[in-house]
Amino acid sequence: MYASSPREHSPHKHSPHEHSPREHEHMLRDQGARRPGAMSSRAVLTTEADARARSRVGVLRSQGALVLRPAHPKESEPLTHRRRGVARVMLAAGAAGPLGGDDYALDVHVGAGSTLVLTEASAMLVLPGPCGGRSHMRINVHVGEGGTFVWLPEPIIAARGCDHEHDVRVRLERGARLVMREETLLGRHREPPGDFRTTLRVTHDDAPLYHQQLCVGPQADGWRGAAVVGENGAVGSIIAVDPAWESGTPATSTFHSSAILAPLPGPGMVVSAVAPDSLQLRRRLSAGLDALGAPWAPRDAPLPEPEDHRDEVVSETEHTGAG
Amino acid sequence: MAKTTPTNEHRALRIGVAGPVGTGKSSVIATLCRSLSDEFVIGVITNDIYTDEDARFLRSEGVLPAERIRAVETGACPHTAIRDDVTMNLIAIEDLERDFAPLDIVLVESGGDNLTATFSPALIDAQLFVLDVAGGGDVARKGGPGIGGADLLVINKVDLAEHVDVDVEQMVADAEKAREGRPVLAISRKRPATTSQLCDWVRELHRAYADGSHAPVDPGPMAPHFHATDDGGHVHSHEGGHTHHHHGHE
Amino acid sequence: MAQGQAALLLLADGRLPAGGYAHSGGLEPTVQAGRVSDATGLERFLVGRAETTGFVAAAFAAAACERAARDDTAALSALESELDARTPSPELRSVSRTLGRQLLRVMSTIHPHPHFAQLGTAPHQPVVMGVAAAALGLGPRDAALAILHESVAGPAAAAAKLMRIDPFDVHAALARATERLDRLAGDAADHAGAPASELPSRGAPLSDIAAEHHRSWNVRLFAS
Repeated sequence: MYASSPREHSPHKHSPHEHSPREHEHMLRDQGARRPGAMSSRAVLTTEADARARSRVGVLRSQGALVLRPAHPKESEPLTHRRRGVARVMLAAGAAGPLGGDDYALDVHVGAGSTLVLTEASAMLVLPGPCGGRSHMRINVHVGEGGTFVWLPEPIIAARGCDHEHDVRVRLERGARLVMREETLLGRHREPPGDFRTTLRVTHDDAPLYHQQLCVGPQADGWRGAAVVGENGAVGSIIAVDPAWESGTPATSTFHSSAILAPLPGPGMVVSAVAPDSLQLRRRLSAGLDALGAPWAPRDAPLPEPEDHRDEVVSETEHTGAG
Repeated sequence: MAKTTPTNEHRALRIGVAGPVGTGKSSVIATLCRSLSDEFVIGVITNDIYTDEDARFLRSEGVLPAERIRAVETGACPHTAIRDDVTMNLIAIEDLERDFAPLDIVLVESGGDNLTATFSPALIDAQLFVLDVAGGGDVARKGGPGIGGADLLVINKVDLAEHVDVDVEQMVADAEKAREGRPVLAISRKRPATTSQLCDWVRELHRAYADGSHAPVDPGPMAPHFHATDDGGHVHSHEGGHTHHHHGHE
Repeated sequence: MAQGQAALLLLADGRLPAGGYAHSGGLEPTVQAGRVSDATGLERFLVGRAETTGFVAAAFAAAACERAARDDTAALSALESELDARTPSPELRSVSRTLGRQLLRVMSTIHPHPHFAQLGTAPHQPVVMGVAAAALGLGPRDAALAILHESVAGPAAAAAKLMRIDPFDVHAALARATERLDRLAGDAADHAGAPASELPSRGAPLSDIAAEHHRSWNVRLFAS
């Protein structure tokens, strides 16, 4: 039926993630019934390499709750530690949330040969809306040929009562490098999480490399079982992709009883960990990068001076939130 | 599937080695590899209950290149892996034959189990069943499908007989009776003359296999009723004879 | 549904000689790590497995069955790579391919079909299951159900060898799971016609972590 062109005929065309038709219906209804005042925010960030192979920000468009601004190194960085000529941007929240009904989207394009480090000002707390409804955050990342994307967001906290769909797609062209972290906290301190599903799909040269969804909350079943996350309060991973691994990835490491470093089916590695809390999760994920060695291991060397790169960030801003 | 399965005419002779825990299956295999490796290219598959300990033992003996010794994990069911669900072992043998073609002989070591575990002819061409004198002189007389029906019964560690009060000659006589004339060898790796008999048996088997005169025999099902009687005992199989009902495809 | 029930039982039977008995579905390392120690923990483990990796495997089996039924075996390789991407643990990718190869070996012997020759040497188990289901005249939902059944019955059978547990408690958990498996099989079959890239991807982080630790052990009872 769709053999020649699957997307054209797919009944799932409007549902890029995996909803059953029933869930899909729920989603549409949900969007139609968005609460008054629900926030729709769409931010765009692009980088490009100049003639001297230094990276600069092209578009830096913030909107509503998604505020992008030039930044200084926030923590020791894998791959780009102390490097100049790198574009550094921080995502900050211009509003609380997302709350139920909110719809956020972030598009990131790392131009061919350029390097972007994207950090986040603080953890993202996903909350229920005053009138219920599902919140969405969609992040699309495209990294051009020879580009490097270092993405170190803070944890996402699935608060009690939330209903959130988080969807991240990362498309890497041939020769692109990536290191990205994702951390999910299952509820605030001693509270059970609301309904939260997060999906991450990473492709490299159009081939799927990593595609995982995590579903927790009252509507999901079995996730507290020891096959999924057990009694842990935090779960996360780091994905690292390096074209040099086309000819072979580093070996698996079982460096912690609740964490592993393992090769993906392609030129990538994953650090996967569960932990009782966010601090221990971060430690385990970082230990995974340590196991991977240089240049991935975060180093404790002093951070570069802020002045080093400030002038490299040229932005087109449409801030609507607090800067 | 790319059919990598070698045809019967070209594949190695597959010999199973079964027998209870601790009777010296690994040691028999080590002896065969050591003595025959100048004449035959040999590969080994081990079936352990826990992990790959037997494979590691054989590798450490240095009797074969380490990569020609492979372990199959049997999930605590060593008898299943050699008889009712042989797929894992079959694939392991085929891989070994493909990777080191041409192999002359593949030895398959069963995970040590009990007296009733025997190989299916779907997996191997011939099997030897290994007992030892330390298991008691009357084990051979008690019989069972492996003791009664294996192509060769090996009574191992005969050098220990005097220490465990076993009359080797009587044990061999009992076994020969139970086996209705099939061969029995009493061996000890400390007595080279006995192990060379074992090697001769394998040479002869390989010759018969190569010229097509060897026919695999199923020693029988796993748990037949057995009555030890004065005439050496009979194995009463309740297999239901050899009547097969063939259903045509609709 | 009544059509093919006997064929479905053949395919889902743990006694089909495809080597499934050597695997604990991740239960061995989970018990060893102290994450499951009683019947309640086992049941939650089984439910979690069915809802995540079991469901993903079921959707891929359903999709493979749908494609095989249309003789579109060229579409199976996309299922292979998408399932790889949904299996972060290299050990679990390897186990799935080993089990797939064994199932393929059995099916091409006991029920020959031209599709089996087009599967490559070590296809993923759910893909083989889907193709085998189609070869037996079964549909996507059947293929999904067969995989889901195995995803819980395998570790359940291993439980008695790994834990101090009443075997009747184990099967009571399986009995309680039947409705769930039916529902998940239906949901999985709903995805059968979707493009491979959009098939379900529910992950199970502790299963990945446990599988890699298990691989590193020297002494163990089960192959996975």
